[in-house]
Amino acid sequence: MTARIGVVTFPGTLDDRDTQRAVRVAGAEAVPLWHRDKDVKQVDAVVLPGGFSYGDYLRAGAISRFSPVMETIIGQAKAGMPVLGICNGFQVLTEAHLLPGAMLRNNDLHFVCRDQRLRVETSGTAWTSDYTAGQQISIPLKNIDGRYTADEHTLDELEAEGRVVFRYLDGNPNGSLRDIAGITNAAGNVVGLMPHPEHAVESLIGTGRTDGLGFFTSVLKKLVDA
Amino acid sequence: MARVVVDVMLKPEILDPQGQAVQRALPRLGFAGISDVRQGKRFELEVDGPVDDAALARIREMAETFLANTVIEDFNVKVES
Repeated sequence: MTARIGVVTFPGTLDDRDTQRAVRVAGAEAVPLWHRDKDVKQVDAVVLPGGFSYGDYLRAGAISRFSPVMETIIGQAKAGMPVLGICNGFQVLTEAHLLPGAMLRNNDLHFVCRDQRLRVETSGTAWTSDYTAGQQISIPLKNIDGRYTADEHTLDELEAEGRVVFRYLDGNPNGSLRDIAGITNAAGNVVGLMPHPEHAVESLIGTGRTDGLGFFTSVLKKLVDA
Repeated sequence: MARVVVDVMLKPEILDPQGQAVQRALPRLGFAGISDVRQGKRFELEVDGPVDDAALARIREMAETFLANTVIEDFNVKVES
């Protein structure tokens, strides 16, 4: 039996197909989920992919967070189901308060699109166990609302509890506080990051590296072992 | 029908690059003497029925959970007659 990983499509989602493919490349079954369905089809984990859900109207992720599918996902994430939010998905997770802080417009106001080097700060999450702490990876980054913000107390807490999962290397692309590219919740099952691992799972395309594949193999391993 | 206005502003400690960009453009356009600009959002709500305490309480709840993200933004609710 292989793990079933749900990939949510909101109106305006862009990267659902690439994410489904990444799930399959890792050896799991990709299950498309629709924003209007409360039913998440008994999946074992969920990925919220990138894009501009609901046009990013109001704030990035603000409207998606109240969609029927998110009602179910929020409940299951709190119960321990692995959830990964990539880019717009990360914004949805902060708006849903599954992850602390908020995302703001890049500090230089430009859309950034480039290969981004990151340092993996912890392997202690459902989505990073196939990496080692301190490992450097390169995956695509593409966003305009990528500036991670939280108050000093929250940032200190994240650092102290080892919940900063990724940090930007070679320059901070968007003004994120403390160079934070991704974080996790206290239980380690919910992870959000701005860069895109799903675009770096096959050597033929993208960065020419497969540095993003580990996200999907990590969660697969966790689900199979469970 | 009454109108209720909800103003949403980034908290003072949050960097507002859009406001800064506006402020920097002002001297070039001949508008001198503006030392800072903060950019926010204004929502105009047309309310069915009376704007009583219960209606205002619902609008405050709406502002707090949806119109504003209170992690980064403050909001203000006022009734326009």
